[in-house]
Amino acid sequence: MSDYAPSANVPDKFTWWGGSEPLKASYGKLMMWFFLLSDTFTFSALLVTYGMIRFSQPAFPGAHADFYFATTHWPIPDKVFEAVPFLHGISLPLVFVGIMTFILIFSSVTMVLAVEAGHRKDKAAVEKWMLWTILGGFTFLGSQAWEWSHFIHGPELAVAAKDAAGKAIEGANLVRNPYGPPAFADLFFFITGFHGTHVFSGVILNVLIFFNASMGVYERRGHYEMVEKVGLYWHFVDLVWVFVFTFFYMV
Amino acid sequence: MSHSHNSSHQVAEGTIPPPQTKMIWRTFIILLIATCVEFAIAFGLPPEMKYTRIAIFVVLTIFKAFYIVGEFMHLKHEVKSLIWMIIVPTGFIVWLLIALVYEGGHHPKEIF
Repeated sequence: MSDYAPSANVPDKFTWWGGSEPLKASYGKLMMWFFLLSDTFTFSALLVTYGMIRFSQPAFPGAHADFYFATTHWPIPDKVFEAVPFLHGISLPLVFVGIMTFILIFSSVTMVLAVEAGHRKDKAAVEKWMLWTILGGFTFLGSQAWEWSHFIHGPELAVAAKDAAGKAIEGANLVRNPYGPPAFADLFFFITGFHGTHVFSGVILNVLIFFNASMGVYERRGHYEMVEKVGLYWHFVDLVWVFVFTFFYMV
Repeated sequence: MSHSHNSSHQVAEGTIPPPQTKMIWRTFIILLIATCVEFAIAFGLPPEMKYTRIAIFVVLTIFKAFYIVGEFMHLKHEVKSLIWMIIVPTGFIVWLLIALVYEGGHHPKEIF
């Protein structure tokens, strides 16, 4: 926005009520940045919790190939997340998470294309790219629902971890799970659930923006800055997933 | 994308300037390649090389974050003071993260 030159009579979006434009950013955009910074704190708290709990629990002592599920050691992620919809019984470690990552990155790209179209005041293109972004968001949420459902159902009883009485644990919840220590499922539910809630609210915001754009609200207003602000939020959600992907699934 | 708003002021009313999406697709390709490299490391490097793997994952994640925040969220093209207002608190969080994980998991034999 550095090329913007305020004129004396025309009220504009960049000048705040105090009459100046701090940091050459509009009020809404700056506040969105600060909100995202505070959200970073929240997600960092979850990441710290994950790191501390994982470090404090025993790792599997043997070789990667000999791994088995037990409540006494932390599971290896690519042994837990190895299922893909419609391909039952085939071990495809982390493939589905990879697809989900790709979907979210791609919906981030369509979002940035919508923002770019908004700069050019190209209403049709904003609508088109917002629709793709919404579609990507819903696809991601659907994938996550499948992932949760699969996780909660648990693996075959033959490979599931055993409880204190020696009986195979059936299904995962916050108290016990067939993969490892209870904290593993707790962290899975909290971290991916908190991120999923962000994706969900992001999709709702995207739908609102799409609706407003197609009703001509931003055209009448003369700028598409709302697309930019919601875009910031949507990219942040993608950014958080990049970290969840690395630290929860890869490490 | 960084030039898109410059052009929007010069174009006459009613016409829509052509899209400038080269940088967007370039960033997408970079993110895609970084994710593919992560997968290659996850299955290519033996699980015994724990610290090498973790170090590569962390570096690649920060690399991806740099492109998402810098290009997609446009932070790279904002004024310097805004960039620092975001970077400095984030730096302190990273410090906190490292400190707490290090303190919380001080069992040399049991790390991962």
